[in-house]
Amino acid sequence: MGALTRVLAGRLAQAVMVALLVGIASFAIVEMLPGDQAFRIAAARYGEDLASARAAATVRAELGLDRPWPARLAVWLGQIATLDLGVSLVSGEDVIEELSLQLGATVGLSLLALGLSALVGVPLGIAMAMRGGALDAAGLVVAAALRATPAYLIGLGLMLLIAVQWGLLPAAGYDNAAAWPLPAATLAIGLAAMSMRVTREAAARVLARADTHFARTKGLAEGAVLRRHVLRNAAVPVVAYMGVQLVWLVEGVVVVESLFAWPGIGHALVHAVVARDVPMIQGTALAMGLIFVALNAAVDALCLALDPRGRRE
Amino acid sequence: MTAIPLSRLAGALLLAAILAFALLGPLLIDADPLRQNLRATLRPPSGEFLLGTDHLGRSMLARLASAARLSLGLAAAAVLLAGVIGTALAALAAAARGRAADRALSGLCDATMALPGLLTVVLIAALAPGQLWPLYAGLVATQWVEFFRPVRAFAAGRLAAPDVEAARLFGFGGWHVFRRHLLPELAPLIGTLAAFGVASAVLAVSTLSFVGIGLRPPTPELGSMMVELLPHYADAPWQLLAPAALIFATVLGLRLVASAGDEA
Repeated sequence: MGALTRVLAGRLAQAVMVALLVGIASFAIVEMLPGDQAFRIAAARYGEDLASARAAATVRAELGLDRPWPARLAVWLGQIATLDLGVSLVSGEDVIEELSLQLGATVGLSLLALGLSALVGVPLGIAMAMRGGALDAAGLVVAAALRATPAYLIGLGLMLLIAVQWGLLPAAGYDNAAAWPLPAATLAIGLAAMSMRVTREAAARVLARADTHFARTKGLAEGAVLRRHVLRNAAVPVVAYMGVQLVWLVEGVVVVESLFAWPGIGHALVHAVVARDVPMIQGTALAMGLIFVALNAAVDALCLALDPRGRRE
Repeated sequence: MTAIPLSRLAGALLLAAILAFALLGPLLIDADPLRQNLRATLRPPSGEFLLGTDHLGRSMLARLASAARLSLGLAAAAVLLAGVIGTALAALAAAARGRAADRALSGLCDATMALPGLLTVVLIAALAPGQLWPLYAGLVATQWVEFFRPVRAFAAGRLAAPDVEAARLFGFGGWHVFRRHLLPELAPLIGTLAAFGVASAVLAVSTLSFVGIGLRPPTPELGSMMVELLPHYADAPWQLLAPAALIFATVLGLRLVASAGDEA
């Protein structure tokens, strides 16, 4: 089995684990909802007026709600396995349909934020390591301050300054391109603070190595040292660290989408929890978890591509 | 080397100031964080209201102190239980290295980490929205792995050391080895993990109430206070900035204490 196959098999197992956890949690939420489940379903199906005790009994017999909970949990998880995620209790639409609409908004925002943070954080981190001095010190303070700032505060600050105070960009929306910079920048700033720190450490470590020192001693220009010695060696820990950043990204998406009314999966998750719309809670949490696993799998593959040492064995 | 204790000291001072504010603030002035006074709304800081009032005329000082106590108390209580569970399971896993118990515990850890922490807390909080216990349970359920992984790695190496082996040969039991050989050396690591843990728990609690699925008004909580005060930003920007500054200072203080200055 090749290294890539092995890594991807591990991530597949993680995806199954995510589905199991989300399924069990959603099942528990349904079980803990007050009132008789059969009555609730009958009311949803036939309308409040026609939801009689007899209708509830029919529903209970039909769906097997009188069986013990392990049997019901097995049926519940079986439905997830066949991607039967049910119907939203709020909109009445298929959960899968809703998710497919929201997925694009979330993935687009996440990728834009990741790209922006790499464009800003990585060059800054390299410059900090290579120049040192005041730039390095200032960068460290900014990174420490940003990492103590929750995503919603960064977003709130950008919104109040740029959208409210200066009126440069809209504070919410999705339809036009002007709506993208603020939520993307909110996520990117937090991510860039992390990647800047990690890049700086990784680049400093490479610069301190004997081979880099020798390259400089033999008179190689700084640009060539950077290209030939620093970049690829420093890239491995930076990319590997993205796994940690991805936790931040997925959590940040929930917050930033809610703050900027972004019609993505994170926003939908929060709405579903508030409305106790269990099929949507399950669907959105499942989608967010699977995005997390998929991005992690991409990071694994990238690490293998960058570092041939991991490919042996 | 001098930079290390300096940043820790700064963090400790910051935390001490916040704790003093949270615990002593309500004692110095006699104020109820829930008492409204609609004839004195959005007042700037003055002699009567040291930090001004919010949009319902409630004392900002009383609300901020109460919110800080709630955040830090909930986070510390959750991290304490998570730390005990995580450390105990890690020691058991390290003692049973490679055997079924170790594999089962490490598998449980991997399963917990399969979902980003905030999502797990959201799912558990959805069991009973607006209440304290699911939030607490969710934080414990996500935080124990933060202790389990580093402690297990450290303990596994320590248990293979000659002095522990000698203690074993003398016939000392597992509890003795844990108390005498593991715990004293683990203490700094556990302290660091706990400070990071409290910082992320404080963030999680305020984030959840900011998006509206954590604790709810009128409970004074930093995240929900900001949501409540956001519409009044134009009239009273300082009221919104106060909880924002408090949460920033709390997390910064904790991270400074946790890190040796280079990982904040």
